[in-house]
Amino acid sequence: MNEAKLKAESLNLWFGKKQVLKNVNISFPANKVTALIGPSGCGKSTLLRCFNRMHDLVDDVRIEGRISIDGIDIYDRKNSVTEMRKRIGMVFQKANPLPKNIYDNLAYALSLHNTPKDQIPKLIEQSLKESYLWEEVKDELKKPAVKLSGGQQQRLCIARTVVLRPEVILMDEPCSALDPISTNKIEELIKVLKKDYTIVIVTHNMQQAQRISDYVAFMYLGELIELATAEEIFKSPKQELTKNYINGHFG
Amino acid sequence: MIGKIKSFFNWVLLISSTGLVCLFLAIILYDIFSKGLHAVSWNFIISVPTEGMTKGGVLPAILGTLLLVMITTIFGVPFGIACAIYLNEYAKPSALTNIIRAAIRNLAGVPSIIYGLFGLALFVQGMHLGTSVLSAGLTLGLLSLPYIITTTEEALKRIPNSLREATLALGATQFETIKDVILPSALPGILTGIILSVSRAAGETAPILFTGVAFYINGVSASVNQEFMALPYHLYMLSTQHQSIEQVRPLAYATAVVLIVLVFVLNLVAFYIRFKYRKQE
Repeated sequence: MNEAKLKAESLNLWFGKKQVLKNVNISFPANKVTALIGPSGCGKSTLLRCFNRMHDLVDDVRIEGRISIDGIDIYDRKNSVTEMRKRIGMVFQKANPLPKNIYDNLAYALSLHNTPKDQIPKLIEQSLKESYLWEEVKDELKKPAVKLSGGQQQRLCIARTVVLRPEVILMDEPCSALDPISTNKIEELIKVLKKDYTIVIVTHNMQQAQRISDYVAFMYLGELIELATAEEIFKSPKQELTKNYINGHFG
Repeated sequence: MIGKIKSFFNWVLLISSTGLVCLFLAIILYDIFSKGLHAVSWNFIISVPTEGMTKGGVLPAILGTLLLVMITTIFGVPFGIACAIYLNEYAKPSALTNIIRAAIRNLAGVPSIIYGLFGLALFVQGMHLGTSVLSAGLTLGLLSLPYIITTTEEALKRIPNSLREATLALGATQFETIKDVILPSALPGILTGIILSVSRAAGETAPILFTGVAFYINGVSASVNQEFMALPYHLYMLSTQHQSIEQVRPLAYATAVVLIVLVFVLNLVAFYIRFKYRKQE
């Protein structure tokens, strides 16, 4: 395995009294796609959201353990959460463009981090191209982002994440609300993006995990059951539980 | 069959209730407009009352009400919005937050005469602002605070969490998220709430009774530490306190028309903002 970019050690998480993550130890290699799979409610989205502190918004949540990017603890009070979120971007299950036009969705992200004004147009064009959205929107950059189709909105959200040049991109079932054609476009995009980014993707779709990921982590009832290369997980899983899930016995 | 009768009965009930409400509104409007409209003229609007208020117009009352509403807005809106932002975006659910919310709900139910007495005690006497348009405006600001807070909080609640997450995930601080994304998205709802609560405040009489409204002011003053005339009080006075009530009745009706039109225009603006916002969505 490559050098670990992102790492969780002895991670426990409770919502109120309910323990959702149980002693999770996992590390994600740099410039690879790691898929988190498992049945609904197994904690994969919850785990993903720990990595850019999205649980900070939620009341009544308790997190123990250590999460680090390049060895730096992201929950350490000394480290700026905004700077950390710039390094660890996130794409959500439901596309969430800001109520601004296409251009400003990206420009706003850049302006948050004091990007010099004269560089903004160039950076926006570049990341829209990287997200394969440029050709579709280059003539109507001032159009409200919510007027785009669902697939375009999701690619815009990816572009908005990419424009900040993060090191890690977290994706929480980014295709679950999309049609097969849009899904295909985003999968192609993910394969290209992994050259530059470390990608962690939560997916319900086993075929998708098989198509795009280098590593697969199987979770069950808040525990990490198995983490291995995609080939191992799908061809010769070591754990009985993983095997049963892959073969569709439950989930 | 029974289901059909039931649903027909429900339909009749709903339609007749709605009809009844509309009927009352129509009767009130018809009464006021039929008796007052002929007395409203351009001259009535731009002239001052003369000859013991049996002649002339309501200009000082209109200007007084507008100035009053301005002070109410300047005082009530920033505090109201700030409080709603705190409650909806920052405050963690706790006993204290619940107490604050309950207190605000209860404030909305306090009779307006109590606000008047409170304003008299606090602003007029306590802060030595005297009976003035400033004292009255501050009192009305207090009165409209709970409405502004509640409607703003409702508007903020309607903004989906996914927008907050989207902005935070880009590395925005919570303050930037609220300032750049949440408030602009909630603005139409907030504006509507502000206009409705302020237009309601514009029609209040009791809170300004002890805090600065005057029976009659000679001429028009824009100074905030002077007493002032206001449309609702002018109307109250013309219809119950004047020595020759019968003689000034048309003027009273005309004043009512002006007040209703003023409030109606404000409501129309609120309606327009909401309509425009819906179309954008």
